[in-house]
Amino acid sequence: MKEELEKRIIKGPDGLEFEVEPLRDYYCEAPPTVMPAAYSKIVEDLFNWARSESIWILGFGTGCGAIEMRPLMTPRFDAYRFGVQWRPTPRQSNLFIISGYLSVKTLKRVIRSYEQMQNPKYVIGLGSCTINGGMYWDSYNTIKRLDQYLPVDLYIAGCMPRPEALLAGFADLKKLIRSGKAEGANEYAEKFEWYKANQKRVINDWDMPDYNW
Amino acid sequence: MHELYEKLKQYYPLGELTEQRNNLAFITLKQEQLRPVLLHLRDKENYTHLVILTAVDWLEDNCFQLTYLLSNRTNATDIGLRLMIPRDNATMESIHDIWPTAATYQRELREMFGIDFPESPRVNEDFILEGWNDIPPYRRDFDTLKFSEETFAQRPGRETKDPAEHMKQKLYPDGA
Repeated sequence: MKEELEKRIIKGPDGLEFEVEPLRDYYCEAPPTVMPAAYSKIVEDLFNWARSESIWILGFGTGCGAIEMRPLMTPRFDAYRFGVQWRPTPRQSNLFIISGYLSVKTLKRVIRSYEQMQNPKYVIGLGSCTINGGMYWDSYNTIKRLDQYLPVDLYIAGCMPRPEALLAGFADLKKLIRSGKAEGANEYAEKFEWYKANQKRVINDWDMPDYNW
Repeated sequence: MHELYEKLKQYYPLGELTEQRNNLAFITLKQEQLRPVLLHLRDKENYTHLVILTAVDWLEDNCFQLTYLLSNRTNATDIGLRLMIPRDNATMESIHDIWPTAATYQRELREMFGIDFPESPRVNEDFILEGWNDIPPYRRDFDTLKFSEETFAQRPGRETKDPAEHMKQKLYPDGA
């Protein structure tokens, strides 16, 4: 466990001493729960339509595929016309694009960021590295299957996929969301133990809470 | 380059000179000569920039080769100093007091090759690999394929084809 996460006594600027237990004070200990659908199908469909029209991406580039997002943001491909935009923090975004290879060190940060995103949330695996390891198939430090560690809604194959492929991927993701099949966050909550076990198998120095909400 | 080599040789016992290009040469030397030669090159010959410090694993000879590449910005020439250190309990003197950037290279070599540089700042902290508990991955006796197959879940169905054979089969299925 990291030093900053341990229970300790802190002296405030006013001279008062108080106890801080970061795991209890700063984090929610409860594991994620399944979010039930709305009370009626037509309302849930309306919600899903709204969700599909406002895909906000977390600006976190894990690998070389992040370079494909720059032309998407700028006027040539202009993903904003589809309601897609990039956000600086996990709290504001609902789509996580794992753009290319994912090293074990980055996986740790990715898990933290993913868990901090609000429900409902979606994951796109971009490029062949997230599917089967791609050109890093024999690397000592990159994971080979993203769906072992995070619930993936959609893969975009290629090395690298062009921005057009990403736009097509967004269109497919919208269809998935509207048909109510993009339930990655609920799947993560249901199979939480399984995902945690897989994550801890590759991350040897697990020095964070089990759930970083 | 040759002149510089002859000049250096008056002061220090040096090994052979390998001239790769007009502006790039390598000098082999003993471990003990490294520090004086580095200081001489930096202070008297204007080789002020440490470009890279890297290692090669000579597994068959049971030693590591360290290369210190220096650059002279005024006449745009590079000179590399090569030396061999034994592979068992590999330890090398730190040069972070000559170039502070060397500390980063030394930290990387410590992690990737397991070469120790005592007294180099933060040399024993995790750098790129976090929680690594196998032999250092850049050593040649480390089997990356075996490690990745054991550690990471693989997607079944991945197969590799020999490109020449595959195209032959595809273009001439009768074997003509």
